[in-house]
Amino acid sequence: MATSAAQQAPSPGAGAPAAADDLPVVRLRHPWRWVSYAVIAVLAAMFVHSLVTNPHFGWDVVGEYLFSVRILDGLAKTLQLTAIAMLLGILLGVALAIMRLSANPVLSRTSWLYIWFFRGTPVFVQLLFWGFISALYPSISIGVPFGPGFLETETNTLITPVVAAILGLGLNEAAYLAEIFRGGIQSIDRGQTEAAQALGMKRSRILRQIIMPQAMRVIVPPTANNTISMLKTTSLVSVLSFPELLYAAQLIYSVSFETIPLLITASIWYLVVTSVLTVGQYYIERHYSRSDRLEGLGRLGRLSALQRRRTVTDVGQDGR
Amino acid sequence: MTAAVRPMVEARNVHKSFGHLEVLKGVDLQVAPGEVMTLLGPSGSGKSTFLRLINHLETLTSGRLSVDGQLVGYREERGRLHELRESEVAGMRAQIGMVFQRFHLFPHMTVLQNVTCAPMGVKGESRAEAEDRAAALLEQVGLSDKIRAYPQSLSGGQQQRVAIARALAMQPKLMLFDEPTSALDPELVGEVLDAMRDLAASGMTMIVVTHEMGFAREVADSVVFMDGGVVVESGEPEQVLRDPQHERTRSFLSKVL
Repeated sequence: MATSAAQQAPSPGAGAPAAADDLPVVRLRHPWRWVSYAVIAVLAAMFVHSLVTNPHFGWDVVGEYLFSVRILDGLAKTLQLTAIAMLLGILLGVALAIMRLSANPVLSRTSWLYIWFFRGTPVFVQLLFWGFISALYPSISIGVPFGPGFLETETNTLITPVVAAILGLGLNEAAYLAEIFRGGIQSIDRGQTEAAQALGMKRSRILRQIIMPQAMRVIVPPTANNTISMLKTTSLVSVLSFPELLYAAQLIYSVSFETIPLLITASIWYLVVTSVLTVGQYYIERHYSRSDRLEGLGRLGRLSALQRRRTVTDVGQDGR
Repeated sequence: MTAAVRPMVEARNVHKSFGHLEVLKGVDLQVAPGEVMTLLGPSGSGKSTFLRLINHLETLTSGRLSVDGQLVGYREERGRLHELRESEVAGMRAQIGMVFQRFHLFPHMTVLQNVTCAPMGVKGESRAEAEDRAAALLEQVGLSDKIRAYPQSLSGGQQQRVAIARALAMQPKLMLFDEPTSALDPELVGEVLDAMRDLAASGMTMIVVTHEMGFAREVADSVVFMDGGVVVESGEPEQVLRDPQHERTRSFLSKVL
């Protein structure tokens, strides 16, 4: 078909394009789409049928526990743990990224070593280490290095399961975020730094005012991804007997033996929260790509006083 | 020293190497206050590197370079050169404006914010003060109507004029132009050269690396031809461009004129 059309093209067929408009068009058929629809429809029907008829799903039990105090309390703890661990990860991650890019070789290598260690060992193992830290350091003291201590305390009173969970998740997350932040900072054209230097700005101001606002576009999507991932990773903390969502469910089914319904209950909540976070991610990403949308029309809310004055005079002069 | 005016820029035997590659092999030149100097030369002749040494975007390897009597990057004390701290380097750069080939406007800021960010952040000017001067400068370069636009919505010529206004907002005593029209479409070159011509007429000291022979001939007070990391020839535009004394200058000019 294509070749014959190409052969016809150079010939002076002035009537050909006009004729093409009038001829009926036979749409391309997609038979395999119909086959795939059928296969998926059958599989879906089988699954839905089993959801309804298989009593082991225990939907009545799910309904009973979905809004129970213990599950909701676990959900609240999961959300808090996610927030605090991410906050720790972000703060430490920024510091590590800046250290990594520092001209100071000691800082740069220290950061490298940290990232190497915390990315190189499983987060589950790290959580266990924090949980069992008292076996390694039974007591913690503050004092002169290698000298006498002034303040001494039992490790277990300081590193409670909550603290172990926050440290385990946050310190691990920091290593990943540090690499995301470093990539974002390095993605900005070197000319931006030079232009800012030429204006007399110092490194800290260049980072804050010029580099970071631009790097955010590169940094935010993977950071939001990691937040969603963190929400689910908090379930590992159940091993430290910290009553987050999964452990709350486990505590219930260890007594009632309604294992599957409670795992479903927990899964529903994880899905709900990750869905909400995904929506939030969309809006945050849109916010940071705003300078792509060219002219600042309709952005009067963010204009400075002078710009607003100008806008008013423009309108007055041009009668727009 | 007493009778002569102190030069705005003075280079003596300036060398610059990148690893084993020696880019500048002993540059000597002087720029008087109010002088407009154009630096010509084939690519790789070291002219852009020399320009970047002046505001310490590159560090010189040896020699002496001073701006307005102040050494660039170093402080001389008891017969020794001490490297300057970051804040001292920044303070020196704040007095020297620079315009780049590829503009390097800050894309996340409006035109107005681009022009006001350094006066407010570096010099601590009030918003009103910085915005009033920015408005005047943008009017001077003919961009009053673009004050709230983002750089991406501007043409190359408009972006470069904003970049000139941004540099001037710091009220520099010296302006460096690194091939300011080389990244522009031909029809946009004129508007940028016009802005530079106005600036030259206002008495600003300017060093311009360029391939625009028309600008060199009409606006510049002096022309310096560099090749292979040294100054081959320098003098008044008429003399260097019409009657070059060196073979290398002649062969370069025959290619670009």
